[in-house]
Amino acid sequence: MSPHVDPTRVRPGDTLPEVAETIERMDLIRYAGASGDFNPIHWNDEVAKAVGLPGVIAHGMYSMAIAARMVAGWAGDPAAVRRLKVRFSAMIEPGQTLTAKGEVAEVDGRRVLVRFHAEDEKGEKVLSKGEAELEL
Amino acid sequence: MPLNQALVGKVYPPVRYEVGREKLREFAIAIGETDPVYHDEAAARAAGHPDLPAVPTFAVVLSMRAGQVVYGDPDLGLDYSRVVHGEQEFVHHRPIRAGDRLLAAGKVAAATARGRHELLTLETEITTEAGEPVCTVRATLLSRGTAPPRHGSGT
Repeated sequence: MSPHVDPTRVRPGDTLPEVAETIERMDLIRYAGASGDFNPIHWNDEVAKAVGLPGVIAHGMYSMAIAARMVAGWAGDPAAVRRLKVRFSAMIEPGQTLTAKGEVAEVDGRRVLVRFHAEDEKGEKVLSKGEAELEL
Repeated sequence: MPLNQALVGKVYPPVRYEVGREKLREFAIAIGETDPVYHDEAAARAAGHPDLPAVPTFAVVLSMRAGQVVYGDPDLGLDYSRVVHGEQEFVHHRPIRAGDRLLAAGKVAAATARGRHELLTLETEITTEAGEPVCTVRATLLSRGTAPPRHGSGT
């Protein structure tokens, strides 16, 4: 696969193509099975409500995976992603759309630092302080 | 009950994990990743990978297994029902790929009080069986309301 970006043309301030995903309960059940994270707050409303949540919420790692799709897709190569970090700052419920947004912060030769976040439909940050170090 | 500070720095016995192609495909499908490089061996080889690569967050599967060893240590004093996931970081030394035979060893990297809560950082070192570094995973968990009471605190 050829890189989606030309490393020689990457500049601070460049924005990454956004990735948006409407989260359905089935997505969370599928993610639970694939990841092995069967915490019932992600698929059982009764358990979620018993611990004070409005209902089931998405796995934080599911949201991070969506944001990572944006980063790796832009880089064009999973091997380019050297470091990936996020803070989980809000929860998101099924039926909501998560949108990942990112911007090039620093460029040093082939090494690129991308800052990113992911937000819900109201613009509240579900993932914040996202950082990705890439070697393009 | 506060976390046991004496365990900071402790490295737990590793769990073994053999990376299968279908597991990588299943995980990629579950996160909506359709790029052929994660699904089709020919596309992966054409892109320079010896076999199917994992998506960048797949390493969480191994770190959760390593974490179960750590959290299950009764000496740590972690009540998992009080835990909220705070931060997550992956440092990839090289991509995980199908056919890898890996070891994932969990470590209590930090346990610090923040107000009434505590922050626990689990660090998982993922290597091949031969010792090649593959990925370092850090998960910071918030343990709600377990910080030791401070002298003079009113509540």
